[in-house]
Amino acid sequence: MLEIKNLHVKLEEEDKVILKGVDLKIGAGEVHAIMGPNGSGKSTLSYVLAGREGYEVTDGSATLDDEELLEMEPEERAAAGLFLAFQYPVEIPGVGNMTFLRTAVNAQRKARGEEELSAGDFLKVVREKAKTLKIDADMLKRPVNVGFSGGEKKRNEILQMAMLEPKMCILDETDSGLDVDAMKLVSEGVNALRSEGRSFLVITHYQRLLDHIKPDVVHIMANGRIIKTGGPELALEVENNGYADLLDGVQ
Amino acid sequence: MALPQVKQDALAARIAGLSLDAKGWAANARATAAERLAAQGLPVRRDEYWRYTDPSSLTKPEVSGAAPDLAPSFAALDAVKVVFTDGVFDAGASDDLAAAGIELLSQADADIHWAQGLYGQLEARGQNPVERPLATLNTAYAREGLLIRVTGKAAKPVSVIYNQKSASSDVILHYLVKLEAGAELTLLESGTPGARFNTVLEVDVASGAKFHHIRTQGPDAERRGVTHIFAHIADNALFKSFTLTAGGRLTRNEAILEITGDDSVAHVAGTVMGDGKDFLQDDTIFITHASERCESRQVYRKVLKNGATGVFQGKILVKQGAQKTDGYQMSQSLLLDEDAQFLAKPELEIYADDVKCSHGSTSGAIDETALFYLQSRGVPKRRAQALLVLAFLAGVLEEIEDEAIAAEVQARLEDWLHGLTD
Repeated sequence: MLEIKNLHVKLEEEDKVILKGVDLKIGAGEVHAIMGPNGSGKSTLSYVLAGREGYEVTDGSATLDDEELLEMEPEERAAAGLFLAFQYPVEIPGVGNMTFLRTAVNAQRKARGEEELSAGDFLKVVREKAKTLKIDADMLKRPVNVGFSGGEKKRNEILQMAMLEPKMCILDETDSGLDVDAMKLVSEGVNALRSEGRSFLVITHYQRLLDHIKPDVVHIMANGRIIKTGGPELALEVENNGYADLLDGVQ
Repeated sequence: MALPQVKQDALAARIAGLSLDAKGWAANARATAAERLAAQGLPVRRDEYWRYTDPSSLTKPEVSGAAPDLAPSFAALDAVKVVFTDGVFDAGASDDLAAAGIELLSQADADIHWAQGLYGQLEARGQNPVERPLATLNTAYAREGLLIRVTGKAAKPVSVIYNQKSASSDVILHYLVKLEAGAELTLLESGTPGARFNTVLEVDVASGAKFHHIRTQGPDAERRGVTHIFAHIADNALFKSFTLTAGGRLTRNEAILEITGDDSVAHVAGTVMGDGKDFLQDDTIFITHASERCESRQVYRKVLKNGATGVFQGKILVKQGAQKTDGYQMSQSLLLDEDAQFLAKPELEIYADDVKCSHGSTSGAIDETALFYLQSRGVPKRRAQALLVLAFLAGVLEEIEDEAIAAEVQARLEDWLHGLTD
C-alpha cells in the first residue's frame, strides 16, 4: 500500500533537516502506529505525504500502490486515496460544512472518472454517517470547523474520512485535545472503517489511543528516523519506561 | 476663494455640449445647481476625496467605450420593469408605469409636481462639508430619470434595467424617490447605463418608511461611471443599499446619508470583483447621525487581482446630541496577487459622548492553510480558491433582506466569479 524509502526532508525556507532517511512499508489492511517524542518529525512526515508547501524533499520516495506521491498535487494525492486527519483541523468561515463535504466527495469522484453524487443521495449518506459519529444537523450546516469544540473538530475529520473512503489514512495526533469519551467515539469511528483494503498510519505521543485503535505494527521515531519497530508491546514499553531508554539504546 | 483655473477650464469644456433646461418643471432647481456648479468647478486629483481616484475620465468632454452584451440581472423576479437605453427612457421596452400601483413617472414626462420642491434639495444638502461637483452637474443637466412616490407598501419592486447600445453614450440620470410615512419600496438597478454615466438618486425616507436598494454593476469591460445616493432618513425608518460591482474601468459609488430622526437604521454595503490594472472601483461614503439611538453600517468586501485597485473612503459623523448612536464600518479586501491594491481611508468624527462606533479595514491574501485543507480533501486548487473567494464575498449578501433577491445576487456573484478565478 504505502511505501516510504529513504525519505529526506528539509524546511524550504531555512536550512533545517527534519527527516533524515525514513523507511516505512505498510501493507493493505494494516494499522501502523508511529510514536515518538516532540520534534522527532512525526507531523512533518504526515504533511509531506499529504503535500503541504514549505518542505523540500532532498532524497527518497513515497509511493501509494506504486504511484509516486511526492510528485502529485495535494488534490491528486487525495484522489489517489490518501487522507490526512489533521492535528489542528482548519476553520473556514463562509464555507458550509455540507458544501465542503459534497464538493470534496464529488471532486474526488470526478478525478477518478466516477459519476458525481446527486444532492439527495449525498444527503442520505452523510446523515447516516454523521449520526454514528454523533454529529448533528447543526454541525453540518455551520461553516467548516468554525466554533467547533476540539472534539467536534476531530469527529468532523473522521466524518470526512468516512465520506471520502480513502485507502490510506494518516491520523496525525488525533487524540490530542480529546477527553476520554471523545477519544472513544473517534476511535469507534476509525475502527468502523478498518477493512482489508484500507490501511492506517496512526501518529501519537501516547499509548492510550492505541488501546482503542489496536495497531499491528508500532514504530518509534526520533530525530528524523525510525529507530525501532515492533508489535503492540513496544507501545506499552514506551508507556512504562518513556522514550529515554529507547533513545539511549540507539546512541 | 477664487476657483482654480484648471477647475474652471474642466467645467467649461465639460458643459460645452450640454444644454440647461430653462422651461421645465425643475427649471429653478437646475438654474440654482448650475450656479453652484460654476462656483465649484469640476473635481481634480488634488481634491482631498479624489486622491485615490483620478476623476479626469469622468470630467473630460469626450467619451469612448465598447457597448457590452450583458445578461440582465433580476430577470426572473416579479417587478415593474423600467428600461433606459443609452440613458433615455424606453417606453416600448418598459412595463406600463401608470399601472405600477405607485406614482412612477419618467422625469422627462413630469409636470408641476410634488417633485418640484424636492428635486436637487437632498443633493444640495449633501454638498456640505464635502463638495460633490459631479452630483451638482447631474442636478443641473439631467433630463432623464424617474420620479417615484410611494404612500403604502409597494406591491412589487421597481427594477431599472440599463441597456447600452452606443459605444460613446454619455448618460446623466437623476432619480427622485419619496417614501411617505410608513411606505415601503424596493428599487433594483442592473446593467450598464452608458459608456460613461453619472447618476444621482435622491431618497426621502419619511417616518417609519422602508427603502431597499439593490443593484448590480457590470461585468462589462469599459464602463466609467459615478453614482451618488443622497438620502434623508426620518425617525423609525430603514434605509438599505447593496451594490455588486464587477468589471468596468472606473466606478465610483458615493453614498451620502443623513439620519435626522430617532431610532432609524441605515446600511450601505457592497461586494466588488476587480481584475486587471485598468480596473478601479471606489466607494465613498458619508453617514451623518443627527438624532438618537440610530444604527448605521458600512460593510464592503473587495476581491482584487492583476493590478486592480479598490478604494474605500468611509466617514461616520456623529453630531452633538446624537446619543446612543451605533455606528459600524468595515472594509476588507482579498488581494489575489501582489499587484492588486486596496486603499482605505476610514474616518470617524464624533461630538456626542454616549455612542458606540467601531471601524476596521483589512487587506489579506487567500488563507494558505485553508487552501491546503481543501486540496487535501481532493478539491482542485482553482476550485478551492474560488470557494474561499466566494465565502469571503458572500458574507456581505446578508445585508440583502429579501431572500429571492439575495439568491439572484448570489447567482450573479458565482457566475461572475468564474471569470475571476478561472
